[in-house]
Amino acid sequence: MSLVYAGVLSHAPGITGRADLVKNTAERDALYAAFDRQRQDIEASGAEALIVIAAEHFANFFMNNMPAFCLGMSDRYEGPIEDPGWLKIPRTTVPGNAALSLRLVKETMQTVDVAYAEEWKFDHGIMVPLHFLTPRFDLPVIPVNINCQGPPLAPLHRVWAFGEALRRACDAQPERIALVGTGGISHWPATPDSGKINVAWDRAFLDRLLAQDRDALLAYDDVATYREAGQGGFEIRTYIAAAAAARGPGELEFYTAELPIFAVGCTVAHFTVAS
Amino acid sequence: MSLYQLQKFLYVLNREPQAQARYRENSDDLIADYDLTDEEADALRNGDIGLLYVLGVNGQILMHYAAFLGIAWFDYLELMRQGIARHGPVRAGVYTLTGGGESFTPEERERPQ
Repeated sequence: MSLVYAGVLSHAPGITGRADLVKNTAERDALYAAFDRQRQDIEASGAEALIVIAAEHFANFFMNNMPAFCLGMSDRYEGPIEDPGWLKIPRTTVPGNAALSLRLVKETMQTVDVAYAEEWKFDHGIMVPLHFLTPRFDLPVIPVNINCQGPPLAPLHRVWAFGEALRRACDAQPERIALVGTGGISHWPATPDSGKINVAWDRAFLDRLLAQDRDALLAYDDVATYREAGQGGFEIRTYIAAAAAARGPGELEFYTAELPIFAVGCTVAHFTVAS
Repeated sequence: MSLYQLQKFLYVLNREPQAQARYRENSDDLIADYDLTDEEADALRNGDIGLLYVLGVNGQILMHYAAFLGIAWFDYLELMRQGIARHGPVRAGVYTLTGGGESFTPEERERPQ
């Protein structure tokens, strides 16, 4: 088995960019500590590469040519595309592994149609997780995108199949690979409603996710998600794909809705990587 | 209305340093490359976040554009509210306002005016 770690975590530009505006600094620091424990777990797994299943925000893909699923296939990536002063993450080069990406793409393609990209500019959706999980930017990253922005979006049963395909692809490789899904649960980002969070919806979703309740997860539909969890709720796709890849139950390490300035309920969790 | 073209303009601007340089030097030159209505072109020429929000620009694209313009976070939120007050509800897309425009962030509510 070459998948050695699977987890999920939140991303949001405010997590780094608005850190100095936070009044509830104790909760902010608790979140950062949870991120750091996840970093330590990934390092302890001996991972030689990190797959980041992200929900990018028009850094690379637009409605002129929008893939449902895409893997990066380069030896280096750049980020962030945003103003570094705004995100408070310096612009840097992130190592990739094109040869490993190629093998993952070819294996994933056995069951799911995926696009690949030999150029990829990271936005906050990947840079914020990496800022905490690989702060020295020294672990090769395989970026993966699920379109969560430009409807029509992939149905959730296809997202599940994509996660399963990624897992099969990882297991066919000799490298030790870690995988994280990163997205929001309920949130209304980049609107005047920024900071609105549906805690009950988040908790119910996390319960189903961590219990590997596939049927319940695939029963979510975008109309209800949009109504109850906002357009940011479409990003549950990244978490669902991570669960499908892990196969085992999960454990919630951190959740808070007490940092609305970050525009999302902040989550850290990991799964048992089951055979 | 040409929301696709409007968002394409901002998508390119947000990610390409060459487009950013052209925009800063002469925004009309870059705007002329796109098939935009007068209202859309004016919104881009003026960096009118409120009108762009009402026109239906995806919030993720708009947020990155506001950062490029150097607009602080809480000012960005307020500009969108002012856009709705001035131009009416969001006309397209999924980044709509769900409530009455109240702030969900204590740090915003308590900031010095």
